[in-house]
Amino acid sequence: MGLGFSLVAVLTLVLIALGGVGGANLQYLFGVIIPYAAIATFIVGFTLKVLGWAKVPVPFRIPTTSGQMKSFPWINHDKFDNPDTTGQVVGRMLLEVLLFRSLFRNTKTELRDGPRLAYGSDKWLWLAGLAFHWSFLVIVLRHLRFFFADVPVLVQAIEGLDGFLQVGAPLLYITDVVIISAVTYLFIRRVIIPQVRYISLPADYFPLFLILGIAITGVLMRYFIRIHVVGIKELAMGLVTLKPVVPEGIGVLFYIHMFIVSTLRMYFPFSKLMHMGGVFLSPTRNLANNNRRQRHENPWNYDVKVHTYEAYEDEFREKMKESGLPVEKE
Amino acid sequence: MGTPKPEELIQKIDLTPQWPGWMDTPTEIKPGNFCWGAKAKDLDGIGFPNPREWNPGEEDWKLPENWKEIVIEGLRERLEKYRTLKVFMDICVRCGACADKCHFFLGSGDPKNMPVLRAELLRSIYRREFTTAGKILGKFAGARELTMDVFKEMWYYFFQCTECRRCSVFCPFGIDTAEITIIGRELLNLLGCNIAWITGPVNNCYHKGNHLGLEPHAIMSSLEYMIDDIEEYTGVKVEPTFNRKGAEILFITPSGDLFADPGTFTCMGYLLMFHELGLDYTWSTYASEGGNFGFFTTNEMAKRLNYKMYAEAKRLGVKWIIGGECGHMWRVLNQYMDTWNGPADFLEVPVSPITGTRFDNAKQLKMIHAVEFTADLIKNNKLKLDPSRNDHLTVTYHDSCNTARGMGFMDEPRYVINSVCNNFFDMPENTIREQTFCCGSGSGLNASENMDLRMKGGLPRANAVKYVNEKHGVNLLANICAIDRAALTSSMDYWVPGVAVAGVHELVANAMVFKGQGKRTVDLRGEDIPGMEEEEEAEEAAESIAVQEPQEEAAGAAGEEGSE
Repeated sequence: MGLGFSLVAVLTLVLIALGGVGGANLQYLFGVIIPYAAIATFIVGFTLKVLGWAKVPVPFRIPTTSGQMKSFPWINHDKFDNPDTTGQVVGRMLLEVLLFRSLFRNTKTELRDGPRLAYGSDKWLWLAGLAFHWSFLVIVLRHLRFFFADVPVLVQAIEGLDGFLQVGAPLLYITDVVIISAVTYLFIRRVIIPQVRYISLPADYFPLFLILGIAITGVLMRYFIRIHVVGIKELAMGLVTLKPVVPEGIGVLFYIHMFIVSTLRMYFPFSKLMHMGGVFLSPTRNLANNNRRQRHENPWNYDVKVHTYEAYEDEFREKMKESGLPVEKE
Repeated sequence: MGTPKPEELIQKIDLTPQWPGWMDTPTEIKPGNFCWGAKAKDLDGIGFPNPREWNPGEEDWKLPENWKEIVIEGLRERLEKYRTLKVFMDICVRCGACADKCHFFLGSGDPKNMPVLRAELLRSIYRREFTTAGKILGKFAGARELTMDVFKEMWYYFFQCTECRRCSVFCPFGIDTAEITIIGRELLNLLGCNIAWITGPVNNCYHKGNHLGLEPHAIMSSLEYMIDDIEEYTGVKVEPTFNRKGAEILFITPSGDLFADPGTFTCMGYLLMFHELGLDYTWSTYASEGGNFGFFTTNEMAKRLNYKMYAEAKRLGVKWIIGGECGHMWRVLNQYMDTWNGPADFLEVPVSPITGTRFDNAKQLKMIHAVEFTADLIKNNKLKLDPSRNDHLTVTYHDSCNTARGMGFMDEPRYVINSVCNNFFDMPENTIREQTFCCGSGSGLNASENMDLRMKGGLPRANAVKYVNEKHGVNLLANICAIDRAALTSSMDYWVPGVAVAGVHELVANAMVFKGQGKRTVDLRGEDIPGMEEEEEAEEAAESIAVQEPQEEAAGAAGEEGSE
């Protein structure tokens, strides 16, 4: 259900852009208005969402400890799996955000005859996830060339690295291959691993198809179907300098690409894709395990009804005296 | 109870979920997999809502008419109080990394025991009530209406989670199902829907000081039995004190250790060791519970029970506190206690009176773990040990979920065990330390009416024990948790017969050589120690050597582990 629904939704998006630009000549709508609306939605939505999380208190310091805590000097401390200081927390977060440390631990469990539960290392999800996210980042950075009159040195360096294989004309970017392969893998595993398929919602397939659509239209434009690159740069520069222009002859494929990108941007703040911001705010990861050493305040801590010693002694005084226990009141 | 045999239970496990999808699969509340509902008198005793007699197996749960409103408002309130909840409701990508990490899923194959789905039970309500997409798109956005069936489903599965946090270790965003379950149970509590096995102990603990409901004289007589046994088995007469003002240290341990084997043997271990050290410490009958079943009801109740520890420490005028071997107790102490009921400025930073070690890592909490205390003693050669007294044991160690993933207390117990036992083998790496598996009965689920569920949940842990049992001849499963001592005993009898269960301090006391001890041919269980019957004299001669060497080895072993 989720799969078909999402696929139809993305194909519909393609058709809308195709009809809107190819049929109805709505270049200004698809080239300027929607992209502006999308970026505004993305920025405002993302910010509001993160602020919404941030304003909720963290009453308790409850990191998930994934290694030996700081203990005696003669016991090795797992600094980045069980951080004790803010510096070590930063280390843990960097490992998490840049290298997907937790996912790296992933295992696959099988119930075999015997019975025996067997645990095998399963790094594919980690690898595909990492490959996907990093290549996405590189591709986004590469696109900065459209928004600067003179392409920044950093962007040129990234392009150089990305094209280091030196094959094809235009040069093949490795990230293009990687992102399509990784997203395809992520899609296939969602369908063929029974448990993952079972938990999947339309909201899981939809962004995969969106991103795949973006990558495929991008690849088509770069390697297979001629488009008017100078015109695209002109459009991009117009958008970024707030003096939008719509050059002639850019080609409908570009508008399709742009429309799916815009959809992704608009969808982002309202979806699971917000894990991008959420990962930084996850209290089980971004706090030090040092409660015994350092006080953690709960902003909404309140007094509770308790059973005092006095009430306890009042109830059991005779029994306590008979047993020879000291009492406060005779 | 009609718990199926292990072979039958195994055959039923199918880790491949069957369609239709989970939202279209109604939940059947199956006998053997749920606990009796909270009793009216217990709910009443602690001031919880909706006290009444009810049976979860029956159709009518006797809820107030506006039950749905209460749950939704409760959820709204908690979304504003806990960032964990808010973030975890929003960011799951359903990657499935957690799916096969849950002991209940691995032991039952029930897809709603995949941590992600357990969370989705609540998330689907959240989407429906608190997100625009969920309101408009409904099922397509993963949203669903909170109906009575959905409420019952949440009840069923939030009491099939032991809050062990194993899934949280693997989650790329640190989503912690324990947190979801804890808050989910709070919502259930708003309608008086907890279980008898939890609220009974909570009510006991609140009024009488401990989960078991032992009154002051009963605590003393429990310990007196142990004192007699200790004297019979070791010739040592220990003399613990109770509610004594002016003692240096207050000692608090889970009440389970006062009452049932093999916890009592652990307790005898403490008594012997503290006596041998001449420690100036006292027990309390008022704060006579280390554990905190309140933690399995609501945050507020947990705080109400936890209050007694500092209050009693203050009343007695002790300097600091030692806490016994218990799992969730230490999660609560490490991650909640000071925030709830601190700061305990009237206490001092713990300093071991025997070694002089200052426990700066606990300088805020003013409370240290008994195993920490003992590890320091051994490191400083303050215990006279003869590990060969444990030579008939081949030991492995079960990391409690809470001390492993809510604290990171992993090498200290291994160091102690390696110092008092010569034969130690860890279980496979995917089943220990931060990846440890729950005993299957944590978070208040160690009742008897849900034995099927407990044995299913206990399978992964038991299976790893079986592995070292077959490979290395392991015959003793050591741990530092009172629930483990009870639950693993059942689980071993069921899955790996022949493996005994013991707390670490039982092993310590069995290996200790006491001043002026009599002939000790039996252990703390009163069982003959193989090899000790005949060759006592020869052994005593060899003792001085044995006492030195194994400690060196043990230190080396712990060092190696730590550097992995």
